[in-house]
This record gives sequence, structure tokens and C-alpha cells, in this order.
Amino acid sequence: MFTKENLDKLEVLKKQYPTMKSLTLPALWMAQEQFGWISPDTMKYVGELLELPVSHIYGVVTFYTMFNTRPVGTHHLQVCTNVSCQLRGAERLAGHICDRLHIKMGETTPDKRYTVTEVECLGSCGTAPMMQVGDEYYENLTLDRVDALLSKELK
Amino acid sequence: MSEFNERLILPDIAGLHTIEVYEQHNGYQALRKALAMKPEEVTDEVKKSNLRGRGGACFPTGLKWTFMPKQSAKPKYLCANGDESEPGTFKDRQIFEQNPHLFIEGAVIAAYAMGIETVYVYIRGEYAKWVKMLQKAVDDAYAKNYIGKNVLGSPFSVNLYLYKGAGAYICGEESALMNSLEGNRGYPRVKPPFPAQNGLWGCPTTINNIETIANVPVILNRGWEWFSKIGAPKQPGTLLYGISGHVNKPGVYELPTGVLLSDLIHRYAGGVPGNKKIKAVIPGGSSTMWLRGEELDGVRMDADSLKAAGSSIGTAGVIVMDEDTDVLKVLARITHFYHHESCGQCTPCREGCGWMEKILNRFVAGDGTMADVDLLLDVANNVEGNTICALGDAAAWPIQSFIRKFRDEFEKRARTTPRSPSYIPPPHLVTTGA
Repeated sequence: MFTKENLDKLEVLKKQYPTMKSLTLPALWMAQEQFGWISPDTMKYVGELLELPVSHIYGVVTFYTMFNTRPVGTHHLQVCTNVSCQLRGAERLAGHICDRLHIKMGETTPDKRYTVTEVECLGSCGTAPMMQVGDEYYENLTLDRVDALLSKELK
Repeated sequence: MSEFNERLILPDIAGLHTIEVYEQHNGYQALRKALAMKPEEVTDEVKKSNLRGRGGACFPTGLKWTFMPKQSAKPKYLCANGDESEPGTFKDRQIFEQNPHLFIEGAVIAAYAMGIETVYVYIRGEYAKWVKMLQKAVDDAYAKNYIGKNVLGSPFSVNLYLYKGAGAYICGEESALMNSLEGNRGYPRVKPPFPAQNGLWGCPTTINNIETIANVPVILNRGWEWFSKIGAPKQPGTLLYGISGHVNKPGVYELPTGVLLSDLIHRYAGGVPGNKKIKAVIPGGSSTMWLRGEELDGVRMDADSLKAAGSSIGTAGVIVMDEDTDVLKVLARITHFYHHESCGQCTPCREGCGWMEKILNRFVAGDGTMADVDLLLDVANNVEGNTICALGDAAAWPIQSFIRKFRDEFEKRARTTPRSPSYIPPPHLVTTGA
């Protein structure tokens, strides 16, 4: 169930678009922010809320890479390995993070603190290599900086 | 070419992102000027300025606006494209961060010129932080009646809403963007019908890039004649060049169109670390054709000069690779990207990108043969031009140009002995999850 705040937000959004269907992405964002990921039950709930078939919701959720269809760790490290980051050592960086956390790309640590995923270009090519954690961009990364992040800010 | 060093889109003014400072620096004066003009006069001004789209296709903006029907029983829409997902491109983000009101002012003027009452700004989901920044600017603009009912006391009313994507390169393609905004998967649509006739919810729609829209207030403030004389004559104005990869000072540089590519790399971005030679340059985002380091002399960053050099301006996102770069591996990474981002509607792109990636990975692992190069080119040629949208082309172009210009790289890496019959292609280095 959405919080009252989210339900109110949805009411405001309804006035901004001519169809309920347009609220699919905004509603899924709300769901992900509230629950951390989008479960099959959540998809059913969003479908009922927007009066749309759950198959449509499922199609949308699985099309867009930012929607998590599995629970992720407290810190979801999304490391860009696309061309500009690759040229500045993203591969080594990604490998270092995985080694340090003893997990493979795409996995979550057993204590559910970290998930690491490889992502496509995040539009931060001038400050490569970089990763996104939550809404935050961490740019101009070095192995030392990553170590410091993992032992302090992102502990 | 005369030296023009004024920054029009990202001037160096502290606090310009706030509405107060923006107003102190002539902010929203272009809007006042536009509201005193007839809508078609505004469009005419933009048309005469010869402003061209900054999203990659270089289409004349004023002309695009004239495609919108003057009278329409259905509502009309403007979509600002802030999906910014072409690898090597990171310019619109600077506008959201440093000069959001210039964009907002441009969007309101564009809406006025085309008789539009609703503007949607589509921003990629990863830019959550910048969506919040822009939302703050939008709220401030509403509070001062630059957006909303009866803008600045005129009969013209307009609403502007932000829409957050959720991670899909393809949504930067205008028809996929509209499908996404309608709440669907981001599948590109067959054209025609074009958006100006049949866009969002079947209504007349114009889609412009964020940077394109940000140029509109400048044109109105300074006049089309002044604007049309900046930079390359056929594509006037300044560009936000994004330069990344092996340079000392990567970042976004605002310079006139038609700047020398070598100046951009050496004079502005500080050259290549360790004074190494340049092996390759991708001049306009990952989908544009590659240039060899030896052929950069005299190449200018405008549509004509880059076309003559065998590439295109794209989004002006320049990626530089030094002499020690494993360029084949870079090409394989780019192709992995297109495979990952193919929406899956068209068979040539969905299957072709996967095959091209497999062949390239085979080379990276040292298992490619020269016969594979012919196969790769054959697949690329069968993807190009055979898909609904340009993603297929975007995947094929880097490969075609690479084969043309870097055949020696394949020759160096190709195995000389035949593969064993039980050969299994190597998997991709890292895989995506969640």
C-alpha cells in the first residue's frame, strides 16, 4: 500500500496527464522509493491503482533497467563501464569493488548491505570513472577513493 | 573564422541557477519581448537565426516549429528531450545545474510560438538529483508567473511538467520518448506519421533537445542576425562540447560551432596525458563514425567538415583514445551497449547487435579470424537502414567505420590457425544483474 503522501502525489499527477497510463512510470518510481524494489505483488497493486492490466505493468518494469525486480542492498553501487569510463579504468575499478566485497557483478553481499551492478553511460563522462549510489553521483573515482567510501560514507 | 569567446548558454556567473541572479542578468527579458510579438514572428526569428537541433540530427529548429498546425482541435504539446543517454554526452546536465532558467524561458517562448499549453520535460531517471534542481527552478518560475495562467499578464497560459525516465537509452529517440511518456515501454514508432501531426496521444507534438531550447532566449535577446554570424555559417551558435577519455582536462566546453577538433583536444582539454599520440577519436558520441588520430588535421566540429571527414557532429561528445588504447576492446564495449539497449522490436537490430558483440568479443579474446571481419561487416550492413529507428544505424556505424579505418587492428589480433570444431565463444567480461 502506498503512503498517504504518495497517494496524494498521484492525485496531483492525474491532473497533469490526459490518461492514467502516463502515471505508470511515476507510480513505479514511488513504489521503488517506498519499498526499495518492485515485487510481483507491487506490480499487481500499481495495476489496480491505475486500472491497468498487470501484464502492462510487468512489461514496463522489465523494460526499464532502473526498476529493481529483486531486492537490492542498502547501498546499490551502480558502476558505469561504458566507453568514457572504460578508457579511464572503470574495468579495474569494477573488479576492485567486487573483490573487496567478495561478490560478483550483479550480486548482493550476504549481509544485504551492498549490491553491485554494471550500468551503461550515466552522463558523467567528463568526470570518469564514476558510479551512482542512490541519487548520488560519485565521480573521478580512484581505487583509494572507493576504499575510503566503502569504509566511511557508504559503510 | 573570427575569435568568438562569449559563453551564451553557460556564462560564468556565480549563482545563475537561482531566479534572482538570473533576473539580474537580463533573465526572462526574452520572454517579455516574445509575448509582445505575434507567435509567428517568434518562429520566424528562430527560423532566420538558422538554429539547428543539438540532439544529433542537426534539423533546423524554426522549420520544425512551422510543421505544427496553427489551428488544431486537439491540444498541442512540446516535449523537451533531456534523456541525454548517448555515451560521451554530458552537456544538458550542465544546463540543469548552472542555468536552468535559460532552458525554462526558452521552453515557454517555444510554447508561445507554437500555441502550446503543455510542456513536458523528459529527463533520464539517473539524473534524479538534477530533476530536483530543475523542479526547484520550475517552482520559482511558477511563483513569478513566468509559467502558469496568463503568463506575465498576457492571454497566454502554459504548464510545464517534469517526467522522469527509468533507464533506457532508446527513450532519447523522439518517438520512443513519447511512448515512454504515455506510460509504455520505450518502443520507437514508425514514421510517418510525424510527431507534428500525430505525436503524444495522437496530438500535434514537437520534440526539441534541452540545449536547442536554451538557445531560443539568446536569439530573441540578441537578434537572429547576430546569432547567425557565430561559428560555422550553416550551423551557427555555440555548442556545448563534451570531451572525455584520454585528455588532461575532460569536461564541457562552450565554444562556437566549427572549432578545430585538434584545438578542442589540445588547446582547451589540455592535450593527451603523457603527451602520447592519439590513436582514435569518436567525434560526436558513441554512435558516430571513428576517426584515426592521423586524420584530425583541419577537421572542424561542424556538420559539413565532419561529414567530409567521414563522420558526423552528433551530440558533440568527443571521446579521445591514446596510442596505447586497445581500440578493439573499446569497440566491443560500445557494441555491448547497443546490444543491451536495443528495444527488441526489429529483428536486424535485436539479433544483429548480439551477433556483432559476439564476434567482437571473440577478437578481444584472441579467437577471431579474418573471415570473422567479413562476417561482422556483413551483419553491420544488414542492420543499417533496416530498422524502425536509428539505433540499428548507431550500432552499425562505429563498426563499419572501424573496419574501414582500423583493419590493421583485426589483422594484428586475428588467429592464424583455425579454431577447433568444439570451440565455444568466450562470455562477456562482466554481466548485469538486479
